[in-house]
Amino acid sequence: MVIDITALSKLSYFAGLPAPELEYARQSFFEKNVPRNEVIFIEEEPADSLYFLVSGVVKLFKTSAQGKEQIISLARPGDVLNDISIFDGGPNEVSAQAVSTVALYGIKKDRLEGLMQKYPQMTGRIVRALAAHTRQLITLVEDLSFKHVPGRVAKILLQTVGTDGNQRLTQQEMANMAGTAREVVARSLKSLEEQQLIKMERHNIVIVDKKGLQRLAEEVA
Amino acid sequence: MKRMPEINMQQCNLCGLCVEVCKCGAIVIQNQVIVFTKAELCGWCTICEAVCPTGALTCPYEIVIKDE
Repeated sequence: MVIDITALSKLSYFAGLPAPELEYARQSFFEKNVPRNEVIFIEEEPADSLYFLVSGVVKLFKTSAQGKEQIISLARPGDVLNDISIFDGGPNEVSAQAVSTVALYGIKKDRLEGLMQKYPQMTGRIVRALAAHTRQLITLVEDLSFKHVPGRVAKILLQTVGTDGNQRLTQQEMANMAGTAREVVARSLKSLEEQQLIKMERHNIVIVDKKGLQRLAEEVA
Repeated sequence: MKRMPEINMQQCNLCGLCVEVCKCGAIVIQNQVIVFTKAELCGWCTICEAVCPTGALTCPYEIVIKDE
């Protein structure tokens, strides 16, 4: 099992590191290949290794006490899966499941700490990557707290249905229109359905309570 | 006929991720083209759209009103 140095150099923590340092770091890594649907780690369990996604797609999600699954994000190649729990020493903040065949590079926590002490410039890159992650999370908090995305999505649905009898929208298009992420739109649609304002019927979004939807849309007007 | 997700082959790079993530096995690559089969099994989960790295695959919703 050989860790590909080119793949390693594309990861945010190691991008731009000189070849000798990359070569040294490579020796600390292990590769893990995961079949589709397999769970990589579980929320609230202790984390002992940091995982980078090299190929495939991983679903990061939380599960409510009632067993309801909420997708936080879909990780793509180059993404770090569990940096928070590795650096704060707490348990996994989410669960991770492979949605395709997945290749991961992992590094044990103590080996990572050793690398950080040996190569302070790598620590700088990690701090920048963590800061970028924090910025994304703050944007998400902003979307969920202030933007009232369900109201915006309600408005988009009403505007769309009003223009032409046969208007179609993808979740990504709704996200672009609402100025938010696709995952937030998915959550909003679920919330509108729970409030019995719409019904998701395969490729149809059926507005079942137009007045209720209008009231919600007016809250963001 | 049941509608299926849509593919723009000019944008598609044939990475095959949509084929891999489709839980119902409704997507296949045939002769370098993405083909949707088993429409009756597709539950419109939209995961194929979510993972498509080029935006070639889309799962559009039709917006309709039923309360009037």
